[in-house]
Amino acid sequence: MTELTTLTLAEARDRLRKKDLSSAELTAAHLAAMEKARALNAFVLETPEQAAAMAKASDARIARGDAGPLEGIPLAIKDLFCTKGVRTTACSHILDNFVPTYESTVTSQLWRDGAVMLGKTNNDEFAMGSSNETSYFGPVQSPWRREGSNTPLVPGGSSGGSAAAVAAQLCLGATATDTGGSIRQPAAFTGTVGIKPTYGRCSRWGIVAFASSLDQAGPMAKTVRDAAIMLRSMAGPDAKDTTCVDLPVPDYEAAVGRSVKGLRIGIPNEYRLEGMPAEIEKIWQQGCAWLKSAGAELVDVSLPHTKYALPAYYIVAPAEASSNLARYDGVRYGLRVPGKDITDMYEQTRAEGFGGEVRRRVMIGTYVLSAGYYDAYYLRAQKVRTLIKRDFEQCFAQGVHAMLTPATPSASFGIGEKGGADPVEMYLNDVFTVTVNMAGLPGIAVPAGADAQGLPLGLQLIGRPFDEETLFALGEVIEQAAGRFVAQPWW
Amino acid sequence: MSVDAATVRRIARLARIAVKDDEVEHLQGELNAILAFVEQLGEVNVEGVEPMTSVTPMAMKSRTDAVTDGNDPDAVLSNAPQSEDGFYLVPKVIE
Repeated sequence: MTELTTLTLAEARDRLRKKDLSSAELTAAHLAAMEKARALNAFVLETPEQAAAMAKASDARIARGDAGPLEGIPLAIKDLFCTKGVRTTACSHILDNFVPTYESTVTSQLWRDGAVMLGKTNNDEFAMGSSNETSYFGPVQSPWRREGSNTPLVPGGSSGGSAAAVAAQLCLGATATDTGGSIRQPAAFTGTVGIKPTYGRCSRWGIVAFASSLDQAGPMAKTVRDAAIMLRSMAGPDAKDTTCVDLPVPDYEAAVGRSVKGLRIGIPNEYRLEGMPAEIEKIWQQGCAWLKSAGAELVDVSLPHTKYALPAYYIVAPAEASSNLARYDGVRYGLRVPGKDITDMYEQTRAEGFGGEVRRRVMIGTYVLSAGYYDAYYLRAQKVRTLIKRDFEQCFAQGVHAMLTPATPSASFGIGEKGGADPVEMYLNDVFTVTVNMAGLPGIAVPAGADAQGLPLGLQLIGRPFDEETLFALGEVIEQAAGRFVAQPWW
Repeated sequence: MSVDAATVRRIARLARIAVKDDEVEHLQGELNAILAFVEQLGEVNVEGVEPMTSVTPMAMKSRTDAVTDGNDPDAVLSNAPQSEDGFYLVPKVIE
């Protein structure tokens, strides 16, 4: 049965449709793989009974000729998505034992289309982190290790559990969310494909909020095609989220394999960082060469405010987080720690319920929004955000269709290696991805090579608003040239 | 700009997070590291630039002002740490 877990989502879908495979078998194979891979800590909750029941219902629909686009496909769900009747914690102690009475729009659309839920995946607490080390449930181990080494590595974050589950072939795809790079950075670290769609493409309803003007849901998958198939089901209008756009959802899979001839690809000069490893520069050049030989035209572009995106993000995101996380007060749900009066109850609950990184960000957010500091910090950061977006708009106005950049400034690193003394060291992981959230654009990370120690490295493609199709077409070119990167099981 | 110990305590109070005396110094260091990092935004000329309010240009959607949900106090209270007779319970607020 193990070979069933090596199928791509598209291959499994096609075999299910031909009825030479049942969802029950496919789901059982993945549940068995999850059980064997518990050392990775990729799942914070396994839902085998629900999975088996959903698989059985899928098989019945397939038999009736009533199959949806994702019928019978076993998926993993980041623990940030509310799932009705299934514990959802955002991997925070403050949401211990929270059982939603409703389903997030994105996951409800996956179930509508026939997908099967395997369980909830680990993530950084409230999606705040770049290594999955801030989770209340402990870190996730990457399925990848350096050649000849047993050092446990991070899968990236915040969607570290989803990335590890896909890379270790424990599921055929996973949901994830991206506020500053939380889909694309873990995808790059684990040799998987992850796309953050344009802001407003997927509904945020029922997803635990971090920074509402930046948060977007997206898929993590084994291949570009699989990500395209998943996004079609995840995206779409939703009356419950006023920032979710009323645009029809294209058939993204149809864009996979589409010619990229004549597309103008911008190479932003500002992404060439001082001290960047030579291997990163090398795969970037390699990516340029692949796109060029596929008929795309490369043009040098400038995004002059790039270096200010990360500092502006560390004002805007904590400010929004401090507001969003005000709801965790020990009254309506989650943890309550008794206090001598109501204020003390709030303060004790939040002190015990929030981990160190969340506390830091809530406090920074509170500070930059406080009287006397709002203009100097928050208002200035929002103006800088306008300039960051304008940089991209000017390039697109000059006929650039998409941009190619590295996805991360390094390969994966060891658990406990970064950010211990200075939180900013960890923040720098998102230097290439955060600009895309600040400008609301779509970005995809595609595996493109490996470093000298055999760890995967990824490239990022940034697109025009709502032009995810071009990203899938270009991503496919890179995937075809680079091949797939599959972790060898040690667990 | 950097924060002193008194400011750290004031922020913690505003954020409703209890901070122990022996945590203040460490927190002060962490917050100042972040503030030092964001300081570079001061270099940017933002003269005449509008602050971003919506990343995607869109008109705010409106819907009919009608009840679409509700009448389910049990579901609403199902995750409450303490509740009674259809109400959330909190420590005494008014003497």
